[in-house]
Amino acid sequence: MTRLVPHPLLSLALVLMWLILTRFSMGHLILGTLIALLAGWTVERLHPPRPRIRRWTAIPMLMGIVAWDILKSNISVARVLLLGPNHPSFHSGFVEVELTLRDPNGLALLAIIMTATPGTAWLEYDQPTGRVLLHVFDLRSEDDWQSLIRDRYERLLLEIFE
Amino acid sequence: MSAQLILEYALSYAQIAMVLAIGLTSWRVLRGPRAQDRVLAIDTMYINAMLLFLLIGMGNGNVFFFEGALVIAVLGFVTTVCAAKFLMRGEVIE
Amino acid sequence: MNHLSDLPPVAAIVIAVFVVLGSSLALLGSVGLLRLKSFYQRLHAPTLSYSYGTLLIIIGSMAMFSLLEERPVIHELIIGIFMLITTPISLLMLGRAALRRDRDAKLGHDEIVPPRVTPSEAPAQPLRDLSNYGEGRLDKGLLSSTKDQPESEP
Repeated sequence: MTRLVPHPLLSLALVLMWLILTRFSMGHLILGTLIALLAGWTVERLHPPRPRIRRWTAIPMLMGIVAWDILKSNISVARVLLLGPNHPSFHSGFVEVELTLRDPNGLALLAIIMTATPGTAWLEYDQPTGRVLLHVFDLRSEDDWQSLIRDRYERLLLEIFE
Repeated sequence: MSAQLILEYALSYAQIAMVLAIGLTSWRVLRGPRAQDRVLAIDTMYINAMLLFLLIGMGNGNVFFFEGALVIAVLGFVTTVCAAKFLMRGEVIE
Repeated sequence: MNHLSDLPPVAAIVIAVFVVLGSSLALLGSVGLLRLKSFYQRLHAPTLSYSYGTLLIIIGSMAMFSLLEERPVIHELIIGIFMLITTPISLLMLGRAALRRDRDAKLGHDEIVPPRVTPSEAPAQPLRDLSNYGEGRLDKGLLSSTKDQPESEP
């Protein structure tokens, strides 16, 4: 099983994508399965760090939190853009944050979340110290970014990946 | 004023807005001031062009514009990553 | 009229609202790209157009074609998932490239960015206060010298 289908999630997602792009039929199902198996073997040759997911139940909760945060920060960034960058209450800058998360897949997910949210951009991660350089669009509220990220995302990611 | 007419106006507004957005991003491409600004503007332009294709497909009732939008999305990603890699290292393939 | 007249009126209005909101967000993102002052601020502007701008237009498109063809048409979801995965990657790489270019003394700093943490001093040092960096603060040393010379010559 593991030799024939080394990455079951990836192969399943590829079959689903193939079936969505074409209309469902037996021929397309077989062709899509073949392509997904080939892609799985190719990826196996690259030896990526295999994700080990401990708690599946935390994933929908994380997705819900991220969707809500992206909506909130969309509104706040849109407000800043409408007011104009010269508005006195607008203030952006760099922030440094220390992480305890070490799993590469978890870090990749956290980087995607932070960059996808308008208002925070992940710039640099330092491996030995675990420090991240962020650029924050709206520093106005004087939030504690360290505790915000730790309590909101990192706790859930630690539960999922470590 | 039927609801269908409202939808038609909404689609026209959205298409004009996307064309305007492409114009704004192309101005940023021309103005710079540095290489990374231009690459960022080209990335945004690709996203806007993809949205414009989706909207034109909705306006015509034609599903095949979706494939064009998908191709634009893939090309935009590859272009931006290659350009960013080039800016970082000075060469694409080391 | 054309295919739009096949839609039920309520659905047409809902789709119209989605399309208008999504395209307005995308337009706002492009306006931000033009109005903001420094590169790191501009890095946040396109996220508006690709996160909820794309999502709203995709939902409108899916709803419209599903109603028109009377079967679930969900292939627009692939664009959504693709954008969700790829755009953070390209923005991340662009941000890192810009940071690297701003730290490189040979290229001439455009903007003052925090220096890299050196591993030897990092554990002793608490988190740095970075309030002196960014926000369009231009490096006066290199840029002004290159800029002033053409002005002073004539």
